[in-house]
Amino acid sequence: MHKIVSAIFLAENIKKIEIEAPRIAKKRKAGQFVMIRVGETGERVPLTIADADPEKGTITVIVQGMGKSTRELNSKEAGDSIHDIVGPLGAPSHIEKFGTAVSIGGGLGAAIAYPTAVALKEAGNYVITINGARSKELVILEEEMRAVSDEAYITTDDGSYGFHGFVTQKLQELIDSGKKIDFVLAIGPIPMMRAIAEVTRPYQIKTVVSLNPIMVDGTGMCGGCRVTVDNQIKFACVDGPEFDAHLVDFKNLSDRNKMYLPEEKQAVETFAHKCNLQKQL
Amino acid sequence: MDAQSITTKERLAIPRQKMPSQNPEVRSHNFGEVNLGYTADLAQREAQRCLQCKIPACVKGCPVNIKIDKFIKLIADGDFAGAARKIKEDNVLPAVCGRVCPQEDQCEKECILTKKYTSVAIGNLERFAADYERETGQVELPKVAGPTGKKVAVIGSGPAGLSCANDLIQLGHAVTVFEALHELGGVLMYGIPQFRLPKEIVQAEIEGMKKLGVNFITNAVAGRSITVDELLEEEEFDAIFIGVGAGLPWFMGIPGENLLGVYSANEFLTRVNLMKSYQFPDNDTPVFNCTGKSVAVFGGGNTAMDAVRTAKRLGAEHAYIVYRRSEAEMPARLEEVHHAKEEGIEFLVLMNPLEFIGNDAQWLTGAKCLRMELGEPDDSGRRRPMPIKDSEFILPVDMAVISIGNGSNPLIKQTTPDIEVSKRDTIVVDITTMATSKENVYAGGDIVTGGATVILAMGAGRTAAAAIHAKLMGQES
Repeated sequence: MHKIVSAIFLAENIKKIEIEAPRIAKKRKAGQFVMIRVGETGERVPLTIADADPEKGTITVIVQGMGKSTRELNSKEAGDSIHDIVGPLGAPSHIEKFGTAVSIGGGLGAAIAYPTAVALKEAGNYVITINGARSKELVILEEEMRAVSDEAYITTDDGSYGFHGFVTQKLQELIDSGKKIDFVLAIGPIPMMRAIAEVTRPYQIKTVVSLNPIMVDGTGMCGGCRVTVDNQIKFACVDGPEFDAHLVDFKNLSDRNKMYLPEEKQAVETFAHKCNLQKQL
Repeated sequence: MDAQSITTKERLAIPRQKMPSQNPEVRSHNFGEVNLGYTADLAQREAQRCLQCKIPACVKGCPVNIKIDKFIKLIADGDFAGAARKIKEDNVLPAVCGRVCPQEDQCEKECILTKKYTSVAIGNLERFAADYERETGQVELPKVAGPTGKKVAVIGSGPAGLSCANDLIQLGHAVTVFEALHELGGVLMYGIPQFRLPKEIVQAEIEGMKKLGVNFITNAVAGRSITVDELLEEEEFDAIFIGVGAGLPWFMGIPGENLLGVYSANEFLTRVNLMKSYQFPDNDTPVFNCTGKSVAVFGGGNTAMDAVRTAKRLGAEHAYIVYRRSEAEMPARLEEVHHAKEEGIEFLVLMNPLEFIGNDAQWLTGAKCLRMELGEPDDSGRRRPMPIKDSEFILPVDMAVISIGNGSNPLIKQTTPDIEVSKRDTIVVDITTMATSKENVYAGGDIVTGGATVILAMGAGRTAAAAIHAKLMGQES
């Protein structure tokens, strides 16, 4: 059992959860993830480690309530416990001094991009961050991002804050302004990552994305998280989760992530029903 | 019948006692155990068939040399708990091995009766003795030697790790077992289905080891959460045994393998066995809804049989084994093939998949296959399957499971480069001690041999435990 030290909402439905996990806190590197099982009958859910405090022995994950398990996790408060955490898993981000590095986070992707942005800065890069959200209320980690950025941009789809438009448009604008960009990290919904790959492809800018396929064990044993990269099968849990964006088959990833849509819907409905009943009691 | 007075002729006249089992019609719809186990009467009658050879060949046929003649004599004499203890002198997990060992290729193959009659049902008797001891609450904890002050880490809680840990704790060493998953037991939990090996039995064995003082840590992945070097240097373990099992599942490298509805056997079985997805939505992990669907499992080993019989139990209307050689070449145990057929599994042999075909939504709809015929023997001594020209056809299937074996998990190799590995990435050891190229680090089980059996892994764990003990106590020659 792992105790939750703090749990606060950053935006509607997005919660920052700090959990006791001393071994993981000591070992984790940017880009790695944990598998969390909330309760005894829970599924194993992969979540990127957003931050860690080795001295305190805690790690932080940022969770958007989407399916049943993430909603259940988001219902936890400080003092509650979760059943299992294993990690750190996945290959750490490949960090070097590229020159100018752009870290792009779309929606919850900002939480995943953040630790890598920190590592890129520590490696001596000129770091530009682009943090995209649908609207102002959904912007997360703005202060944290600014603190590690040489230039920080916010974009919102509805123009309620920062640049009015998509992260791709902001990136294109930066490229068009003549800025020499050596490296792009893009993390967010699949359509966003695919669009970023197409923005940078003509300029041959090295671009890395972090993929989020469905996983079971997260240690290489099951192959459920296989993705097609450069026409080869790769396992996101041991070969990734970060891959060269220009070689990823995003359509295959997007299709495979739909495998359990009816079951996910059923699980969410059952969970919502239970929560409702509990409220009434 | 008095076991002492019975003549050889009378012994030979007793037929091999059949293992009672659930009716195939019934069991193909539930996850309850298929074999129900001998009653005391059946066990004693079977035990009386044993001729008590002066030089028992069966013992040599057992990878861990269980004193088979002696434990069978104890069953014949009615001392069932004594029989279980006799087995446990050589085998930590008799209730498991009695169920999943390929006895027909080991002890029973060597039985003197095999030539003219049928062999003694050694596996069934082993299972009976172990179940009797456990179910009647007569399990006695073995004696543990005084503490040696030495610390050993065991990585992996499958058959190799458990047998190694069990020997080491009894020799007086402090033992910590690190397991990557959230449950202990390795392949016994995630791989072998409930209907062949009830999980409660595995857990009872592990509980016994906890009582002996073995420290178990779950959710610890070697090479990620902890590395071999950290265990030696920071956590000051005196020796390490690596029993992490086989790793990454192989795919066939044919088009369409990433379609929705295509699983590796590891994933399908892990979802069902470890994550209990057959109880969805009470358990959160889903699995493809097989009800009324056609499912094809590609492969001919025990894992393939486990997968196809699982699909049947999940409601598949057609559950196929697709195998490129003939049934005679199948590596699966005869009993498993027999059980599968009883349950209505359809065997499509001499058939090789070329491509998986899907619909617009990328869901699997069929497998394009080619018919084969047997040619000359290949390197493995089995007749090589050769394609029959123009024999392509499409087998309509909704779900496919690929069960053609596993490669090695790369994590140990990546993080501990001074452990020598083979071209296949298996760990290289001295087979007399299971010592790796790295000082004080030993390995055994599937990570050394590639995919093999539970009992071979257990044998390797025991060999390593003896070598570790000798090394730590300065008895190394």
